[in-house]
Amino acid sequence: MTTAVDPSKTQAQAEAEQWLRMYRQMLMIRSFEESANDLYTRALMPGLAHLYIGEEAIAVGVCQSLNPNDYITSTHRGHGHCLAKGAELDRMFAELLGKKAGYCKGKGGSMHIADPETGNLGANAIVGGSAGIATGAALSAKRLKTNQVAVCFFGDGAMGQGLLYEVMNMAALWKLPVIYVCENNLYNEYTHNSETLAGDMVTRAAGFGIPGEAIDGQDVRKVYATAKEIVNRVRGGAGPAFLVCNTYRFHGHHVGDVKRDYYRSKEEETMWKTQRDPVKMLADWLISEKLADRAALDKMHAEVEAEVKKAVKFAIDAPYPGVDEVHDDIYA
Amino acid sequence: MPETRELTLGEAVREALAEEMRRDSTVFICGEDIAEAGTVFKVLSGLVDEFGPERVLDTPISEPGFTGMAVGAAMTGMRPVVDIMFGDFSTLVMDQMVNQAAKVHYMSGGKWKVPMVMRATLGASRRSAAQHSQSLHAWFCHIPGLKVVLPSTPYDAKGLMKTAIRDENPVVFFEDKMMYKLKGPVPPEDYTIPLGLADVKRKGDDVTIVATSSMVQVALGAATMLDAQGISAEVIDPRTLWPLDEETILESVKKTARAIVVDEGYFRYGATAEIASVIAEKCFFDLDWPVKRIGAMHVPIPFSPPLEDATVPTEQMVFDAARNMFE
Repeated sequence: MTTAVDPSKTQAQAEAEQWLRMYRQMLMIRSFEESANDLYTRALMPGLAHLYIGEEAIAVGVCQSLNPNDYITSTHRGHGHCLAKGAELDRMFAELLGKKAGYCKGKGGSMHIADPETGNLGANAIVGGSAGIATGAALSAKRLKTNQVAVCFFGDGAMGQGLLYEVMNMAALWKLPVIYVCENNLYNEYTHNSETLAGDMVTRAAGFGIPGEAIDGQDVRKVYATAKEIVNRVRGGAGPAFLVCNTYRFHGHHVGDVKRDYYRSKEEETMWKTQRDPVKMLADWLISEKLADRAALDKMHAEVEAEVKKAVKFAIDAPYPGVDEVHDDIYA
Repeated sequence: MPETRELTLGEAVREALAEEMRRDSTVFICGEDIAEAGTVFKVLSGLVDEFGPERVLDTPISEPGFTGMAVGAAMTGMRPVVDIMFGDFSTLVMDQMVNQAAKVHYMSGGKWKVPMVMRATLGASRRSAAQHSQSLHAWFCHIPGLKVVLPSTPYDAKGLMKTAIRDENPVVFFEDKMMYKLKGPVPPEDYTIPLGLADVKRKGDDVTIVATSSMVQVALGAATMLDAQGISAEVIDPRTLWPLDEETILESVKKTARAIVVDEGYFRYGATAEIASVIAEKCFFDLDWPVKRIGAMHVPIPFSPPLEDATVPTEQMVFDAARNMFE
């Protein structure tokens, strides 16, 4: 979307602000996830915690290319998508802790955060489970002529789910405004996808006539530029698109997955963490392009940490729902 | 002078759908062979001519896919009606109905709604064998978040379908495929029947027969046979298995002190088990006889005609059960 030109700003300044905004969002997701890890390991967070650390550039790059009323669906590793689409830190943490102030009144938890205000149709704990929902939202957008697009985030594990191919077929037949974004972090839970995916991942969509491409999911600049181009095309009526973002989850499948050497090596993890960290990659670029200096980035980091800390405190202090609320919201 | 006319159950369903589609432009139907073909049972014949292929949407053979899309469309401003050709194929859509449609409202703390209807057929007796003859409605009753409707007359079918479409929740609507040609009076005007309100299909004093879907006709036939023996049977059709109108059922049982529950779903762990339990729990001291359940035999539905016929409850079985209570 283009906005009115501010004559006092040069194109370069506007671009710098945009990258700094995305940097801040990535920091926010990183810090959120580190705090979730901390809450979980201190036994303050019940249930399961699937951390998004290492994959932040995808949620941020894709969601920055969307309008506020565009739809997303997310996955069990979904905190990053929710935050990138505009969710508030405090209500996110409250949901993680099962508190009434959470996005879903504590009834959804980490894996089910939904928020109509930011177009978030919900995270989904069934792998590939939301492919139908995202495609249905795109059908609505087309029929109701709302000019919205729907983005379906899923991991490489969902490439084994038949539902995805059923809805890709229909989305292509009916030219629906839906973008299937595969976050390829190489592992289907505890199994490398070389053992689970036959053939080539990207060309699977081509079989339906859906254009697909694979990009470096660690480079937010690349993700954003690609997503923006795809979103424009899809919004313009070109039909669905498929985007594979190659990435890596720095932590295990979930927080309890600490002994990982039977399925992936320490060297591999170290390589990704030191050389392919999306937050560091953008920071280095911002500094090398003189768009920001280290001190400014450090200051931003401290601000974000303080915000996250405040949100955690809010969530810890927030009350649980009353047990009498257990029967609420089963039926509308 | 009030207009009197008769429609078949299939025509009543079609009329309800057409009226709702005229009334609300967000209502659409999707499923396999539903447009020009009008479904294999011809229930939707002609709708595509009036509403066009975007609102009577022929889909690929992808039940999970189009049911999932209906969930998303329902969340975002549409009112989809999903046509599942044979209820047996609902096995394919269980993730979308159970994990998605039924859960969205609750998991989102009441923020998203899923106003959709899933239509499916049930019932044996068409010599269609084990994968096209099951009555799986009890599965859906087991899941909080879904509502389950089983009309037994054309009148009920029209009124209940209109209510189902207007409901803000996912509703599963089962039509017995042997009843599509059943005729009955259907008012031409707009009317709805609330979900969760049973109908007393026949008044009686000596025994309560709770029957669903096509078993209502079976129960009425048995009631006529019982009449000849001097036994007056009351036939109650719950019409919706969830929500379940316990009050009407319990009131009747308190009056008659005897209860038989008949349903074409599998006998074991089925709809009859739930209704019989409700009666036993809440009316035990009013009963003169243990509650009797009659359901489909616990076997895959066989192809061979005499074998298939043996699996489905009959008037004679209901008659014998009631007769036995007075010996």
